[in-house]
Amino acid sequence: MQTKRIENRTALSPMPQRAWKLPLLWKEIQRNKHYYFLMAPFMIIFFLFTVIPVVASMGISFTYFNMLEPPRFIGWQNYSRLFLNDDIFMIALRNTFFFAIITGPVSYIACFLFAWIINELPPKIRSFMTLVFYAPSISGNVFFIWQVIFSGDRYGLLNSLLLRLRIILEPIQWLKDEQYILGVIIIVQLWMSLGTSFLAFIAGLQNLDPTIIEAGAVDGIKNRWQELWYIVLPSMRPQLLFGAVMQITSSLAVADVSIALAGFPSVNYAGHTIVTHLMDYGTIRFEMGYASAIATVLFAIMMGTNIITQKLLRKIGG
Amino acid sequence: MTRKKLNRSFAVTFLLFLLLAIFGAFMALPLIYTINHAFKPLDEIFLFPPKFFVRNPTLNNFYDLINLMGNSWVPFSRYITNTVIISVVGTLGHVLFASAAAYPLAKYSFPGSKAIFNIVVLSLMFSPHVTAIPNYMIMSRVGWIDTHSSIIIPAWAFPLGLFLMKQFMEQIPSALLEAAKIDGASEYRIYWQIVMPNVKPAWLTLIILRFPALWGSDGGSFIYSENLKTLNYALGQIVQGGIARAGVGAAVGLILMIVPIILFIISQSSVIETMASSGIKD
Repeated sequence: MQTKRIENRTALSPMPQRAWKLPLLWKEIQRNKHYYFLMAPFMIIFFLFTVIPVVASMGISFTYFNMLEPPRFIGWQNYSRLFLNDDIFMIALRNTFFFAIITGPVSYIACFLFAWIINELPPKIRSFMTLVFYAPSISGNVFFIWQVIFSGDRYGLLNSLLLRLRIILEPIQWLKDEQYILGVIIIVQLWMSLGTSFLAFIAGLQNLDPTIIEAGAVDGIKNRWQELWYIVLPSMRPQLLFGAVMQITSSLAVADVSIALAGFPSVNYAGHTIVTHLMDYGTIRFEMGYASAIATVLFAIMMGTNIITQKLLRKIGG
Repeated sequence: MTRKKLNRSFAVTFLLFLLLAIFGAFMALPLIYTINHAFKPLDEIFLFPPKFFVRNPTLNNFYDLINLMGNSWVPFSRYITNTVIISVVGTLGHVLFASAAAYPLAKYSFPGSKAIFNIVVLSLMFSPHVTAIPNYMIMSRVGWIDTHSSIIIPAWAFPLGLFLMKQFMEQIPSALLEAAKIDGASEYRIYWQIVMPNVKPAWLTLIILRFPALWGSDGGSFIYSENLKTLNYALGQIVQGGIARAGVGAAVGLILMIVPIILFIISQSSVIETMASSGIKD
């Protein structure tokens, strides 16, 4: 699939090797002004609502700011309070990592595994199974149906099933008992997690060049596991890197499912995450400086995890 | 794509397909349950033990929904209209602006092009929660709080769409663009009349990635007025009513999920075609 791509961009607009000199640079910008105009609408909105806010958030995190008075610079105080005096944040941090460590890798592997199995099916069934696995991630907030399934009374689908099978004698409070909340959220989060990366993997597998697989067989690939390891995975590296970014980012941002199922705040903060902590301070308590410190920590965790994972994945089969 | 099956042992094939069937059921059952629930009469919703499938399907839940919402001071149709406006305007603007920005990034090199694309890739690595607080301040500064613009306009600049569109546009032969340029076409005409028709599969991909999110938007923290709220917000209010409202809730859930799913059924093959070029290259 890479070979198909025509890399020919320098041919159209040859840029001088190094346009360091200012007048030269200005000429270059003048010559390409149409491209800047084309990009302008997207880039203005993108900078206004994505790039500037990230920088602004870092700035605000060093202030005390309640939206009424002008922000007051307080140095590292928000951060020291966050890490030294905020027990709830520690719970949120622990829960977030717990979710991410399970849902991140499991969903990533599930995306690939099911895409790989589905790819062996005949086209009609393949489209159908793609739909079955992808549908939960685009079904909006239909995850509320899990509330009915995990309902704490005897009308809950799971409770009634377990009662009838005599596995349990009285209904379990799935969404109120700290023991179960994390598990339930993880199950629902995994159910919804076969999204963009799953599609990218399906696409990558369908576009593998069949001749390299046949060539592999001639060269002594014995079974499908060897084929997977030596041929399929290395040729899908771009998709695998892309999928990793998608899964990591979403596995660290668990919040909606937790709020919908376990409530906000959840019992004893059992379903509390960094994002719900951020919402608590940002939209309820209006401590914008403190909330920005939480957002900055979240940003650092997401970027750090993604960059480290990219480095590791690039090494595999490199 | 027909490819010869090589080196396949029957036992492993069977086990893998069994795995696929089990997890396929896990994925599908909650959705099937939602559909069944939406058509259950009240006595079946309160039945103990609860039944998975509906026995006497009825449209009562949908009538109840209209009645329930008819009595509140915001008619149900208003929630639907709001959701349709947000999703349609948001998605179309996104496809238009993301492709306009992707075309120069995909085909040309000019001062800043590399840096801008790198920023876009980096922005895929964090979720929108990170920017929520400054966003609120910027929204209130430009006066978009409590308007649909607060949801629609940021949706236009969704970085994943630009990224995928740019990767896909790289496949357009440069010779085609060069020929148009020799014929005297302006860059804007090339974008509109040559590039855009050539990336139709990618439009559908951008639509399928952005539309469901907007369709399921609950207005977030930006919209207060009841008559500007969305369908998903209404769902939240109904579900609060507990088990007695479970049937009506499922009816709204059905409306919420059926539109993105139909959209995906229509666009699946184009989406897969685009996603083949989605990778992050070294």
